[in-house]
Amino acid sequence: MRGMLIALSLLAALGAPIPLTAQTADADRYAYSELPDPAQEAKAHDLMEELRCLVCQGQSIVDSDADMAADMRALVRERIANGEAPEAVRDWLIERYGDYVTYDPPLGWATAPLWFAPFLLLGAGVWLATRSFRRRRR
Amino acid sequence: MIAEAGLAILWLAASLALLQCALAITGIRFNRDDIMAAVRPVAVVQGVLTLFAMAALIALFARSDMSVLLVAENSHSMKPLLYKIAGAWGNHEGSMLLWVTILGISGAAIAIFEWRLDRRTVIATLGAQGLIALGFFAFLLLSSNPFARIWPPPADGRGLNPLLQDPGLAFHPPTLYFGYVGLSVAFSFAVGALVTREVGPAFARAMRPWILGAWLFLTLGITAGSYWAYYELGWGGWWFWDPVENASLMPWLAATALLHSVNVLATRDGLRAWTIMLAVVAFSMSMIGTFLVRSGILTSVHSFAVDPARGSFLLVLLAIYIGGALALFAARIGTVRQGNTFDPVSREAGLVLNNLLLSVILGIVLIGTLYPLVAQAMGVQLSVGKPFFDKTVGPVALLLMIALAAGPMLRWRRDDARLLMRRMALPAGAALATLTALLFLTAGAGALPLTGLALAAGLALASVAPLWGRNLRRMPLFTWGMVIAHLGVAVAVTGMASEAAFTRERLVALRLGQSVDVGPYRVAFTGVKPQVGKNWSAIGGVLTARRGGGTAVLNPQRRYFSDPVTTTNESAILTAFDGQLYTVLGERNADGRWQLRLWWKPLVTLIWLGGGMIALGGLLSLIGRVTREWRTERRRRRVAAGMI
Repeated sequence: MRGMLIALSLLAALGAPIPLTAQTADADRYAYSELPDPAQEAKAHDLMEELRCLVCQGQSIVDSDADMAADMRALVRERIANGEAPEAVRDWLIERYGDYVTYDPPLGWATAPLWFAPFLLLGAGVWLATRSFRRRRR
Repeated sequence: MIAEAGLAILWLAASLALLQCALAITGIRFNRDDIMAAVRPVAVVQGVLTLFAMAALIALFARSDMSVLLVAENSHSMKPLLYKIAGAWGNHEGSMLLWVTILGISGAAIAIFEWRLDRRTVIATLGAQGLIALGFFAFLLLSSNPFARIWPPPADGRGLNPLLQDPGLAFHPPTLYFGYVGLSVAFSFAVGALVTREVGPAFARAMRPWILGAWLFLTLGITAGSYWAYYELGWGGWWFWDPVENASLMPWLAATALLHSVNVLATRDGLRAWTIMLAVVAFSMSMIGTFLVRSGILTSVHSFAVDPARGSFLLVLLAIYIGGALALFAARIGTVRQGNTFDPVSREAGLVLNNLLLSVILGIVLIGTLYPLVAQAMGVQLSVGKPFFDKTVGPVALLLMIALAAGPMLRWRRDDARLLMRRMALPAGAALATLTALLFLTAGAGALPLTGLALAAGLALASVAPLWGRNLRRMPLFTWGMVIAHLGVAVAVTGMASEAAFTRERLVALRLGQSVDVGPYRVAFTGVKPQVGKNWSAIGGVLTARRGGGTAVLNPQRRYFSDPVTTTNESAILTAFDGQLYTVLGERNADGRWQLRLWWKPLVTLIWLGGGMIALGGLLSLIGRVTREWRTERRRRRVAAGMI
């Protein structure tokens, strides 16, 4: 019954203009729609995919319904549309929000162990395997 | 009444777990047959009792007994019955009870069916099972009692997250838990073998069905979870490298490695220490998985239950089990004789390479998942996600595909490198041809997905190679299993790479009557209508998708749930033979246009088809192995009876 009421009120809302959600059109235009230039959109998309939605739990801003993610998407698209390079936009966001904002942690003192771990693991594995072969042949 | 009975049964089961453990230790320590003989019945009764406790909880949820705190907090009297029942394990306490229930039933199954393995090893295995169960019983009874009462009982209950009201998700957690617990059984076998120093083919054959079963459930759980995330979260992604996804991937990687090394141990009596080590690692990963999910320590889309106090309890359990297992391993592994040796070019060596690469991937995923936590402890905030894992896991996974193509073509013990090259010529040629064609036909796609597609073509060819020139009717079921599972990897990788390289996305705002092109489809926005379900109401968009002569109507919805108040996007997906059209209805703009998100995802369905094939391969192997074991056992008994 309650569901029916909500559905009816939604139906009523469809016909009438909704002043409450009326938005400043320009800023939010790119939150839920793509850039007209496909090449720019592709660049923006690649960048947005690696940016973390700061108020969500483990989602990129491409994958989030949160308002803040929408704002960030609009911001990224606008800056790319104005001709900024994706790296510049990313650096600007990192400066503002810290390394936390990117899923692609920049190489530095704090992240060196992370980025070198795969090589160390591979090296250690190969060393272990060859050593055991050599021992076996003896 | 049911709740109190459930709690009493749980205490009884816990004391039996203690008894099971104590009897096994005393029996083995003093070599007393009469004491050891008591362990099996105790394990069976303990399993039955945990099953009763779980049944009691399910009954409470089905009857919507709101005087039970857990039911009041996680259920709702208006919810459909399926979700009432699934609500029993869709929360922290219930899922831990499910954990011990599956553990108890597994213990009972070992006690009833495992008669071939050395008797003392079986008893030691059951003792280890009792010990693991004891820790979880303590956790349940001391810090997460599922049967606690509340007074006065609320009228309706607080409901369940609407995201979780989905048939796929009702069975996703139990599937993964079967996998986790199966690995704990494999671990118990490893402990048993370490205690009695009987690490050999007989032990490997006893442990193998449990590994296969656990791996099968993990594969199914991950595949289903991925598809759920894909269609339910409404953003078209199928894997997010989310900590909780990684928590299920890590045990799977360890189980995959273990599954292959245990074959070496069973067939050739090699890789003894390594197989035991992998069993320890696999169990540790399933414990870490349970810990990551249940403690809520990592913020993620899965953290529906966050409680740090329980987290520390689990962390202590984790430390005791893993620390204890590693200590036992260190103390005893020196006394395990070295197994049979083999050449650097042989099936065994191929499986060592498989294990090496899987372990490296496992290490990368583990470090990448935990690194943000460690950094945070040192005062640095950072995130590790898809770009990191793509760059690091991606290339290693491609190497693994090459090893996977070559492995089944190798002979046991010793093979010739030149002969291997000759056998690999056709698959390698197919991979190269595919790569060349892709480079000419497609522009702008990444190197990783294109290489993935090329290797998948080669792997598909190589994985059916074991069928050539053989009598297909007489081929053992587990060889079929291997072929289908390996082919499934090629199929899944094709889907993943194609989705990554060729997805087309359109984010548009349309008025009624307008249309937009996405991939091979022209999608027209033809209407909006209200819809009502049992506990939700919705606005549904009507989209008409045209391709060639055919049309189809899609109905993506925005759903509004009342208890608790939540909005979700229900995507509408059109499946064609060559991919999926994925549509989501967004909000209505101030100017009256509706936001639409549309994706064309070529071959994306192959991801889950491949996952299903891998699981089917596991199932065939499991059936093949178990029936063969059963037949040889029957033959052995007949011979024994004839001799008497």
